[in-house]
Amino acid sequence: METLSAVLVEPFVAIAEAPMFFFEVLIGGLLSGVMYALVALGFVLIFKASGVFNFAQGAMVLFAALFFVGFIDLGWPIWLSLIVTILVMILLALAIERVVLRPLVNQDPIILFMATIGITFFLDGFGQTLWGSDVRRLDIGIPEDPLIIAGLYINQFDIYAAVICGLLVLGLALFFQYTPTGRALRAVADDHQAAMSIGIPLNVIWAIVWTVAGIVGLVAGIMWGAKLGVQFNLALIALKALPVLILGGFTSVPGAIVGGLIIGAGEKVAEVFWGEVLGGAIEDWFAYMLAMVFLLFRPQGLFGEKIIERV
Amino acid sequence: MVNRRQTLGLAAGAIAFGAMPLRLYAQENAQFIPSLVYRTGPYGPNGEPFANGAADYYTLINERDGGINGVEIVFEECDTQYNNDKGVECYERLKNKGPTGAAAFSPLSTGITYALIERARADKIPIFSMGYGRTDASYGPVFPHVFTAPATYWSQATSLIQYVAAQEGGLEALKGKKIALVYHDSAYGKEPIRTLEALSEMFGYKLSLFPVAHPGLEQKATWLKVGRQVRPDWVLMWGWGVMNSTAIKEAAAVGFPMERFIGNWWSGSENDVMPAGDTAVGYKSANFHGAGATWPVHQDIFKHVYDAGKGAGKRERVGEVLYNRGVTNAMIVVEAIRTAQEIHGNKPLTGWQVRDGFENLNLSAERLAELGLADFMQPIRLSCEDHEGGGSVYVQQWDGKEWKRVSDWIPPMRDVVWPMIKESALAYAKEKGITPRSCA
Amino acid sequence: MIYRETGQFKTSYGADQAIFPIAQDRIGMLIIMALAFVAIPLTASDYWLTTILLPLVIYGLAALGLNILTGYAGQLSLGTGGFMACGAFAAYKLSTAFPELHVLVVFALSGLITAAVGMLFGLPSLRIKGFYLAVATLAAQFFLLWLFNKVPWFTNYSASGVISAPPLAIWGETYVTGFEATPRAKYLFALSIVTVMALAAKNMTRLKIGRAWRAIRDMDIAAEIMGIRPLATKLSAFAVSSFYCGVAGALWAFAYTGAVEALAFDINVSFRILFMIIIGGLGSILGSFLGAAFIVLLPIFLNNALLAMGMAEAVALASHLEFMIMGALIIFFLIVEPHGLARLWQIGKEKLRKWPFPY
Repeated sequence: METLSAVLVEPFVAIAEAPMFFFEVLIGGLLSGVMYALVALGFVLIFKASGVFNFAQGAMVLFAALFFVGFIDLGWPIWLSLIVTILVMILLALAIERVVLRPLVNQDPIILFMATIGITFFLDGFGQTLWGSDVRRLDIGIPEDPLIIAGLYINQFDIYAAVICGLLVLGLALFFQYTPTGRALRAVADDHQAAMSIGIPLNVIWAIVWTVAGIVGLVAGIMWGAKLGVQFNLALIALKALPVLILGGFTSVPGAIVGGLIIGAGEKVAEVFWGEVLGGAIEDWFAYMLAMVFLLFRPQGLFGEKIIERV
Repeated sequence: MVNRRQTLGLAAGAIAFGAMPLRLYAQENAQFIPSLVYRTGPYGPNGEPFANGAADYYTLINERDGGINGVEIVFEECDTQYNNDKGVECYERLKNKGPTGAAAFSPLSTGITYALIERARADKIPIFSMGYGRTDASYGPVFPHVFTAPATYWSQATSLIQYVAAQEGGLEALKGKKIALVYHDSAYGKEPIRTLEALSEMFGYKLSLFPVAHPGLEQKATWLKVGRQVRPDWVLMWGWGVMNSTAIKEAAAVGFPMERFIGNWWSGSENDVMPAGDTAVGYKSANFHGAGATWPVHQDIFKHVYDAGKGAGKRERVGEVLYNRGVTNAMIVVEAIRTAQEIHGNKPLTGWQVRDGFENLNLSAERLAELGLADFMQPIRLSCEDHEGGGSVYVQQWDGKEWKRVSDWIPPMRDVVWPMIKESALAYAKEKGITPRSCA
Repeated sequence: MIYRETGQFKTSYGADQAIFPIAQDRIGMLIIMALAFVAIPLTASDYWLTTILLPLVIYGLAALGLNILTGYAGQLSLGTGGFMACGAFAAYKLSTAFPELHVLVVFALSGLITAAVGMLFGLPSLRIKGFYLAVATLAAQFFLLWLFNKVPWFTNYSASGVISAPPLAIWGETYVTGFEATPRAKYLFALSIVTVMALAAKNMTRLKIGRAWRAIRDMDIAAEIMGIRPLATKLSAFAVSSFYCGVAGALWAFAYTGAVEALAFDINVSFRILFMIIIGGLGSILGSFLGAAFIVLLPIFLNNALLAMGMAEAVALASHLEFMIMGALIIFFLIVEPHGLARLWQIGKEKLRKWPFPY
């Protein structure tokens, strides 16, 4: 009885008693959801265009961040490091397409998934061989002190991250809508065979998609690296993006954003107000449970493509 | 087709070759010391300076002194990546190496320590879990082969509470104060909880517990609760790796005063404060040895190891907190072997003989000064019953460039902690069917 | 030449439907069993027994469990670690609460408990399919670990949350857990359990239930139309798979490590076992063991190879190279044979039937 009341009544009482605090938690959660969405975007791009679930996205985030921070530590200016890292990611995408994707064309999705796991191992080892395993501080000039707006504590860094993510999504949307390459990508995402039949070269498209995913990974790596320091654990961020993907649907960019917001806010509110009752540290599984509940009502995610099965 | 087969065959051959036994040790008069470290993996950044410190100290003993009383040290590192299985694999591979087997194992991870305790008991090799592992293994009669010098988590908890009390104006001033523990949700993080709860009953402070799910990348919710809802007077942290730096950043983000934020000795290294930059200034942590490269032993390391080109890491990182911890670990092992040699003779010793050395270890202040480590750490004296030996820590504070001592050595509340250790150890013995040996 | 079937006639249905119809296969299997049960315990060193063969056998069992769920029934699951943890903790609670129970009974009961838990977490599979289901099973993984970490009843109120296996004997004074157990005893105990369970799994996949699983995997709508009940079939797959994973987890905690905390069964274990079955071959009993051998042995061999080549000092570099070589080999094997090592073995056997003749 007490537990029931503790779960169903008291948290709401606590929320009602301290509405400002609740809004702080909510806003903090939404903003951290945006950070998750940044990572989820990379997954969505690749899955949309090539049907491959890229387990290596986390490793790519780390790989890009390592190069970026490595160049900065060598003394190069930020703009130069950025450009050279983008070049590195382009090379990486080309290499992956040539070495991994082309020989495995037409295989089961699970085989391609396993291949991306091989890529993960390889990138993990390669990145650390080149740059070492130390923690590196990444400072790109974003202020980190808290802001106080209308009596609410808001983290300035997170606001910058949200703005950057918004710009990135806007850029991607423009790219997909208004450039020929973007349209070709959408065509490939719709139907590989049809796209090939009108002359769109799949290999080139896949290389482009992986490059774009790599650049998205770079942005995610810079933001998360500035938040946590660039280190091996950065690759674990990918696990945080998975519930976002399920919720939003694997194939939808707006789904990634919305999913990120819901998961971020839900996670934080649950941890703060329901966490005590359940013993704390529920953030780990709460996101997955939330996503699973959504899935029961919409098995393809909120914005995902409806899976039509034919016999 | 043929090419593919040939390549496969070559690959198979290479792998089979790799399974062959490793090169055997030619030295007959060498003491083998295994070094379980993690230079890679999720805690690699923390494990690397530790490994360097230990390696440099062993090299120093060989280069400067010609070994321990003439017996050369042969040490071999094995990368466990903080993974229990790899730790067990490293242990099994290294335990019989060298002319007399491994001297002692320092697993550097609570999980691996738990996995190795029973194996080492059967194999008769001592485990030296310096400041981690099972706290109740300090009770010698039940754990004759495990040594937890110079301090354990339960002792540290009592020392930290004493520090907080001193800042508040005495133990009586603790009444009604709010103390929070932010801890890694694992065996390691849960260690101090019972002690802190016992002390909260004794002194009347309110303890709030905030577990952080492994690995601790996301702590925004936790710190919103701590900083904006609960608003404790003091926060203690039991974290490791990325959890530490994230916590410091999140604490700064909610405006929690750094001077009231004290981490344990695994939450107070340069790796933890560096990602947070300036916001980490004022953060405190406990430590049981000195920080910085200002002791005579460091000068020796520069002279005999780095100038001779045998340094394990970078010269600039000598003296970091975790580097010095590696030096401490290696130093205690060497002194234990030296003590064992006084009992058993100046020759390579077996694990069980080294254990005798640990149990009779008497690291006095004079001896520390001889080693070039005056006031680096508190003297340790172990005995058959007491495998912890001292328990004192001091509190240090980060000023943006280095760690400065802000307190004296704080001894633990032995009268509170020792009965708990004994009780827990005896319960373990009962569960496992071990008869405690007598220490008469 | 060696592998010809000529001259082998079956005179009964039973003989025709044997698991190893070809005599050479039977002889081969007997040799492997003799090696595993007799030669290895007699000749292998403690190091090989406890750190290489024992985890290999246990991982093989867990991979077998996951293969039943993912390879045969087509339900992608990433909750293997959680189910193993369930088995380990159930075995711990049973053996400490009822110390008179025989160790095999303890393991069987913990398997049954895990099967029940598996069925519970398998319920979403009716609505959710494919990769989405995998991520839903991650909820099981994280939730179970959190549960065992949080609720002190599971660890008998220990301060640290680590459970240590009490010494249990298989008969008389022959201990198979605890520090009195010899490596040989532990290895043989695990090997026997795994052999029996592998045989059971092989037979299950040849029965009606195995065919139902494969029908659901291949085209579940058509299977439903044909009369195979999806709910019962999927839940039975989850149940059997979780039983196997639970026993594997109990073996892991009791026979291998001796003391384990919930975090030892975290997400990395689930991924590891998934890699094993993908590399080894989905939908193949042999594949589970081949994949387990690949993932368990390869890092150790790489480590030894790199050390033998004189890289003892550069421990970090050796670890990184291991990762890189592991990744490269995974990609290489997938390109060479996407259906896993079991398929490579099958192709090898096919070639062996004709050898040394070209056709």
